[in-house]
Amino acid sequence: MKEKVFTEKMKMADVIAANHNVIMLLTRFGIPLGFGEKSVMEVCAANGVPVDFMLLICNVYTFNDYLPDIDELSTTDMSMLVPYLKASHKYYMHERLPHIEVHLHHIADKVGGRCGDILKRFYSDFRTEIEEHFRCEEENDFPNLERMQRGERVSASTATHFEKSHGGLVDKMNDLTQIVYKYLPGNELPEETMELIFDILQLSADIQKHALIEEKILIPYVEWMERSMK
Amino acid sequence: MRPLTSVLIVESSEIIAEGLRVLLEEAGGFNVLAPMHDTTMLEERLPAIRPDVLIVNPTLLSTTPRLQLANIMSAYPTMPVMALVYQYVEASLMSKFRFAIDIRVNRSMLAAQIKEALGAMSDAQVPVEHSENYELSDRETDVLVLVAKGMSSKEIADTLNISIHTVNTHRKNITHKTGIRSVAGLAVYAMINNLME
Repeated sequence: MKEKVFTEKMKMADVIAANHNVIMLLTRFGIPLGFGEKSVMEVCAANGVPVDFMLLICNVYTFNDYLPDIDELSTTDMSMLVPYLKASHKYYMHERLPHIEVHLHHIADKVGGRCGDILKRFYSDFRTEIEEHFRCEEENDFPNLERMQRGERVSASTATHFEKSHGGLVDKMNDLTQIVYKYLPGNELPEETMELIFDILQLSADIQKHALIEEKILIPYVEWMERSMK
Repeated sequence: MRPLTSVLIVESSEIIAEGLRVLLEEAGGFNVLAPMHDTTMLEERLPAIRPDVLIVNPTLLSTTPRLQLANIMSAYPTMPVMALVYQYVEASLMSKFRFAIDIRVNRSMLAAQIKEALGAMSDAQVPVEHSENYELSDRETDVLVLVAKGMSSKEIADTLNISIHTVNTHRKNITHKTGIRSVAGLAVYAMINNLME
């Protein structure tokens, strides 16, 4: 596995050519576009981003079977973990979810009647659930994690608190696409509907990677910190 | 010719894993895949490997508390998950398994133990439908409406006077046919199709 992952000497542009989804990660790291022919290492250094952590995230987003083990995690600079996750939340909450909502409402209004209302309510419940999930992490879990990173002791077992599933959220995004393209009657906006479905699928894929980072990187990392503090 | 039964062994000791491979291949009918030596990546790798039978040393589970064997069992309902036993194993670990393969017994019994587990899995299956018919049956519609009303499988079983196992099979078929997984999504489906009064 190790041989095909991205490395710090690669050109940033080549990483993006290999996986265009990396572009949307750059904003979360505060890296502006226009980096010319610079390597990943140079771009990260110029923007104060730990290159090992940046590569870790790019690799997770690109290679389906890539997952760092604890040896790799324990030697990675994880100082940007919480800022990165918060920036992802912000992107989902303030950009993707409202954008999807505008188009979904437009389509639901055209369908009208009870079906339109049901669809809107399903989305609004989903949005409430996902925002509550993020809010809970930002108010409780992330501050605890940052305290541990500063070497402070945190009372109850933080890792067990982190353990929560994203499966329900991913299922609801899947259901939303199924309902919209299979069962919604009398839809007069096929182009907008297709765009909406692509937007939901893109968000779903992104959130699945986000969940993977929390479940398979953040939790083992917290467990490792807990063990080494004992 | 019958296709070979593919077997994935998860065992920390290379000698044991290799020994079991040789024994099963001598018995015939088995294709023993490259073994895994711990359970850390088991859940992630299974979708790509998709063995017919999974054999796991139960003591490895205590090193990966996050791994939920029950999730694997429900995700792969036809794949028996067998405990690989050759030493003392705590009862709490053994209780997670429905089947065991004990390599201390007569070696000619090993293949029989696996075949028995495979047989038990296929008997227990009320067939999950994979037919051409994607319309919900009347009974499935009954179950769907009760799911949409927010009832648990237990409550549905009591209401319709059927076993909870049958309810779960209907639920699997409903999800398979509609592509909808969440209760909220099924409620929307039921309402859009005017199944709720």
